[in-house]
Amino acid sequence: MDLNTLWFLIIALLFTGFFVLEGFDFGVGMLLPWLGRTDDERRLILNTIGPFWDANEVWFISAGASLFAAFPNWYATLFSGFYLALFFLLVALIGRGVAFEFRSKLTSPGWRQVWDWVIFGGSLLPPLLWGVALANMMRGVPIDAQMNYVGTFWDLLSVYALLGGVSVTLLFLLHGALFLTLRTEGAVQARARKVALSIGAWTTAVTFLFVVFSYIETDMFSKLGIDPGTVPLLAGLALFSVQFFIRARRDGWAFAMTSLTIVLSTATVFIDLYPRVMVSSLRPEWSLTVYNASANPYSLQVMTWIALSVLPLVLLYQGWSYWVFRRRIRLSDPHEY
Amino acid sequence: MSSVLLARWQFGITTVYHFLFVPLTIGLAFLIASMETFYVATQDATYKRMAKFWGKIFLINFAVGVVTGILQEFQFGMNWSDYSRFVGDVFGAPLAIESLAAFFLESTFLGVWMFGWDRLSPRLHLASIWLVAVGTTLSAFWILTANAFMQEPVGYVQRAGHVEMSSFGQLIANPQLWLEFPHVWLGALSTGAFFVAGVSAFGLLQQRSGTVYQRSFAIAIATALVSSLLVAVVGHDQAQHLMQAQPMKMAASEALWETSPDVAPWTLVAAIDSEHHRNTFEIDIPGVLSLLAYNHLHGRVPGIHQLQAAYVRQFGPGNYIPPVRTAFWSFRIMVLAGMLMILFSLYGVWVMMRERLERHRQFLRLMVAAIPLPFIANSMGWIMTEVGRQPWVVFGLLRTADGVSPTVSPAMVWTTLLGFAVLYGVLAVVDIFLLIRVVRGGPEPEEETAASPDLEVAPL
Repeated sequence: MDLNTLWFLIIALLFTGFFVLEGFDFGVGMLLPWLGRTDDERRLILNTIGPFWDANEVWFISAGASLFAAFPNWYATLFSGFYLALFFLLVALIGRGVAFEFRSKLTSPGWRQVWDWVIFGGSLLPPLLWGVALANMMRGVPIDAQMNYVGTFWDLLSVYALLGGVSVTLLFLLHGALFLTLRTEGAVQARARKVALSIGAWTTAVTFLFVVFSYIETDMFSKLGIDPGTVPLLAGLALFSVQFFIRARRDGWAFAMTSLTIVLSTATVFIDLYPRVMVSSLRPEWSLTVYNASANPYSLQVMTWIALSVLPLVLLYQGWSYWVFRRRIRLSDPHEY
Repeated sequence: MSSVLLARWQFGITTVYHFLFVPLTIGLAFLIASMETFYVATQDATYKRMAKFWGKIFLINFAVGVVTGILQEFQFGMNWSDYSRFVGDVFGAPLAIESLAAFFLESTFLGVWMFGWDRLSPRLHLASIWLVAVGTTLSAFWILTANAFMQEPVGYVQRAGHVEMSSFGQLIANPQLWLEFPHVWLGALSTGAFFVAGVSAFGLLQQRSGTVYQRSFAIAIATALVSSLLVAVVGHDQAQHLMQAQPMKMAASEALWETSPDVAPWTLVAAIDSEHHRNTFEIDIPGVLSLLAYNHLHGRVPGIHQLQAAYVRQFGPGNYIPPVRTAFWSFRIMVLAGMLMILFSLYGVWVMMRERLERHRQFLRLMVAAIPLPFIANSMGWIMTEVGRQPWVVFGLLRTADGVSPTVSPAMVWTTLLGFAVLYGVLAVVDIFLLIRVVRGGPEPEEETAASPDLEVAPL
């Protein structure tokens, strides 16, 4: 395997980490105003993701920065091309990040309510935008011979892309609800389970529809064939199984299955893309690939050494932090957020 | 306005804003880590209350620093895509290392520290705040590695219209980096120190929870003295290095139109006429520019006209003169703020060693008023160094005007510029409002059970 492919895998890994980890805290953020009926319940919900959300978001920042280092042209085309979408994403992430910290610093109910809705909006918008972005990346966008995106913001908002957005949003919502069933107890847990049950089937249906659309809208059919292969099929099966695990009250299994769905779906997107990284809808030869978008071999070598020595450590200490805060949170606990 | 100008305004506004919070959090991280170290070493609960009180302020600012930092990571691609393509093979690496090696460390252990007071042993808890402090420093190091390359490109080869990394060792051994990094890091330490000293002075004036504020002031003022002295020393070294690496920046920040005589005078103030390339009025101090540039009383400093002519020969026709007035005044304001910081902290240490601080109410008021000084110095330093490098974005290799995204229209940049400006403005207001509330609330009472009346302080 050459370094270009290895870096494609590392980027895929970073995005996967981001979707799996930040996915549930986006979901928790979306559920906050609906599942938390009293202020104490809302604080409980916030504290389930309190120690984690920031480090989860670093997976996204690392993915972006690694794009810059390993595939400067991918970074430049993607971020200048999806300009306004990225702006909305950043506004959402900025609002949400400070809201976690600011919300409980004052007791005024009005103050807290404002930040709760900022958290809601800031958690809803990113998955929607990510779904739209991924759909567009698979289908292809107008990229010219100079690797520049020549469409507009509105070109990104097709029915297909919006379906992708809804599908990712539902998936994260489900993922977040299941995370809450693992981290809380009592009334909040019961409500989270109820939400998971009622949206589980919808999520499966919309995602299935999105996959069908993907076969029509993208070159997935010609690339993957009628049998899409093990990875996407397992993703579908894992998602399908979630509702049975919820009914059987095996919350841990259900959460593991949404995690698996996210991992395998992200993998499917990247498998479908490879060796392209940005598909040009104008002419196939104008697509960016792991070869024409990459940094020079020496730079990739240096980055490989660094990433391969640092990432295992990151996984180790981040895993440890989840272990430290493994205990369920109770209403009677002191709440930091 | 053109896309280039708008993109520059956006970068300037968002970066200066981001850098109000970053040095504060770097400095506070180290001060809080020191306080908690005293707590673990002495078991004196006052130190724990100190760590928690400053920790609350730290977290509010850290949040703003983190979220505004996300934009920093992505706006190269958004507004400066040609820059990103040109320089990505070299510039991307330190940014990626920053997020992999520093951001993960900071964010993970900050979460552990914030939520872990009751879950971890005191030593492990202490280790987590030190890891946060180390993380903030690593982050500064790697982002400055990237910036140092823009000031003084090393370890690269130019090929097919872009630069490629040829030596990672040279990239991190960049002499510019090893002056810039200590200068920025010490400046950050002094920012945290002046902030803690100023807020403690405010607390002492209010006569509340005396020991927390007294001890905080003592730690802060000592740190402030050492760091603000050293930051000036390193700054002086940096000026000497500038003479070799970017003499035009030096000439511009001195408004030195013609090469100086052998004993170069330093212009204290000047009325600069950029259009006609002359100063209509100036006050000079003999010999000081030679001292600044060479650390001797002799030595010619090349002037703007002479350098312009040399650059035309080297790089071809063009205007290589940065905005002189901005470079000149930002440098002077930075130096003035730095000098005041040294004086105030010197006086503060002298007072602390002789008698009780509370008697010097005038001085305490002065320290409250001095809180903005390091923030002014930090911002002016960056404005000087970035404006002084113009018209280059990467010195000698790429002009700023050639780095902008070709397909992003001025209307789009206007949208994001206004959007971020409004958002950042709101954040600033909320942040300051919250800080005032937290400071007014003061540290937790000694029993650690009751919360202060106007502020909900959950037991951590």
